[in-house]
Amino acid sequence: MMELRPELEARIDRWRGYVQRRQAISPADVDEMEDHLREQIADRQATGLDDEEAFLVAIKRLGNLDAVSREFAREHSDRLWKQLALVPEDSDDGGAPPWRELAVVLALAAGAGVAVKLGLTWLDDGAALARNLGLLAFPFLGAYFAWKRQLTVGVLAMLLIPFAVLAVVLNIYPFASGGSTELLAILHAPVVLWLLTGVAYVGGRWRSDSRRMDFARFTGELAIYFTLLAIGGAVLIGLTFATLQLAGTDLEPVLEDWILPFAVPGALVVAAWLVEAKQNVVENIAPVLTRVFTPLTIAMLLVLLVVLAAAGGGLADVDRELLILMDAILILVLSLLLYSISARDSLKPPGLPDVLQLTRIAEFGFSPNKVAALGLNLLLLVHLLWSAWLSVGFLRRRRQFTALVRWQTRYLPVYGAWAAVVVVFPPIFNFG
Amino acid sequence: MRIDKDLVAASATPLVLGILLDGDLYGYAILKRVAELSDGSMQWTDGMLYPLLHRLERLGYVSSSWGTSEAGRRRKHYAITPSGREALADRQEQWTVVADALRQVWHNAQRPPAVEERWA
Repeated sequence: MMELRPELEARIDRWRGYVQRRQAISPADVDEMEDHLREQIADRQATGLDDEEAFLVAIKRLGNLDAVSREFAREHSDRLWKQLALVPEDSDDGGAPPWRELAVVLALAAGAGVAVKLGLTWLDDGAALARNLGLLAFPFLGAYFAWKRQLTVGVLAMLLIPFAVLAVVLNIYPFASGGSTELLAILHAPVVLWLLTGVAYVGGRWRSDSRRMDFARFTGELAIYFTLLAIGGAVLIGLTFATLQLAGTDLEPVLEDWILPFAVPGALVVAAWLVEAKQNVVENIAPVLTRVFTPLTIAMLLVLLVVLAAAGGGLADVDRELLILMDAILILVLSLLLYSISARDSLKPPGLPDVLQLTRIAEFGFSPNKVAALGLNLLLLVHLLWSAWLSVGFLRRRRQFTALVRWQTRYLPVYGAWAAVVVVFPPIFNFG
Repeated sequence: MRIDKDLVAASATPLVLGILLDGDLYGYAILKRVAELSDGSMQWTDGMLYPLLHRLERLGYVSSSWGTSEAGRRRKHYAITPSGREALADRQEQWTVVADALRQVWHNAQRPPAVEERWA
């Protein structure tokens, strides 16, 4: 066998990479064709061609890749319906056995379940439990990404220190029982934790815009997968329930004490893993849903606008609930915007006039709830306004689309910071 | 002389099966054999051979196994199966009929038809 020079090896590698991107051509097929290519090159070289000429002839004779790939697709149409292989088939890269990741995921899922169950057992106080629930489940999700991304010590410290601070704050603050600040802390702690998960997800490279966008995509897909798992789980539990009831056994205590504490955090870890495993396999669902819901949401916003405008002055008194509702609507609009951008589609943020209109209605007057809701409202407003500005620039071809993407991904940590502020600010309101 | 591509496509299956009758081969060797048999006038797009081989494998006419080349690369070898032999025999009959019919057409064509002269 002839020694091939590094330059030629590099060319063949590039060719491989190029062919491998075709869905219809499996890695084994690429191996087969590479063997063919190398034989052809060797034969051409034997007739006196140099490396480059031999390579070019061999490539030419393999034929138009599109046509060949179409033939493969005709023969293997099933491959176009990508199948999710939970355990990778080709463990050619040697090293880890293919089931190792599955084992790690299941162990972490079980671990999250055990942690939550222990929390349920030891923390009798409902509020204390609610404060700590996220703290109990998060480390396992973080651990999965720490393992998967092989995080460095620096990044781990970046995760653990805020986590520890959050845990301390949530547990030593003397929250007034049933006070607003406690409720707010409970609501905002998961956001901070989620942002930490993001740091783990991007492997510490949180300064990279594209990695942050990946995390935004991951979040959307995770929500969808988690929902699907929940629906599946509910069907399963419902069937078991009904059957056992006929047999005269009541499953309810078992469900509350054992199934849910394990199933919910476990499903979170498993969903994260599924999203990781499938990211190259299935088309992202979040952008698809976005396309469906964007027109519907615009219709909804228009209706709301009309109704609110008609209600007019009567609304001036409605403060807190309106603020919170508006937050929810703004978050919805924002997610629609974010996910349509994640699919690299240009789109004007819908309902911007509504945003302007609605935030103006709400009255000032400081209470922890109002401050929290208003702060979020302002953050969302800034986010959407600047997005709108950039979108207009993009639509008028004055700006690059990437400017919009950059703005979206750079703004995300601000929400985390705000959530952290909300968790920490109870002293201002005497923990009321 | 270049052979028309429809004709190449139609003859591909019996050619490959027939070549495998002589023994197991891998893709590149099959193509080399095709070139030899036709004195290089039957040129296939090399890449198209593999989807064809996979189709034959799905139909059960050939079986495949992974081996290693002299250079130590992974290489897929193909062998004809009993049902492949049956298919080949069937194709052979069909081709014989076609070739026979064509031969008669060629034979008649050699005599200049009277009709043509009248219309010329």
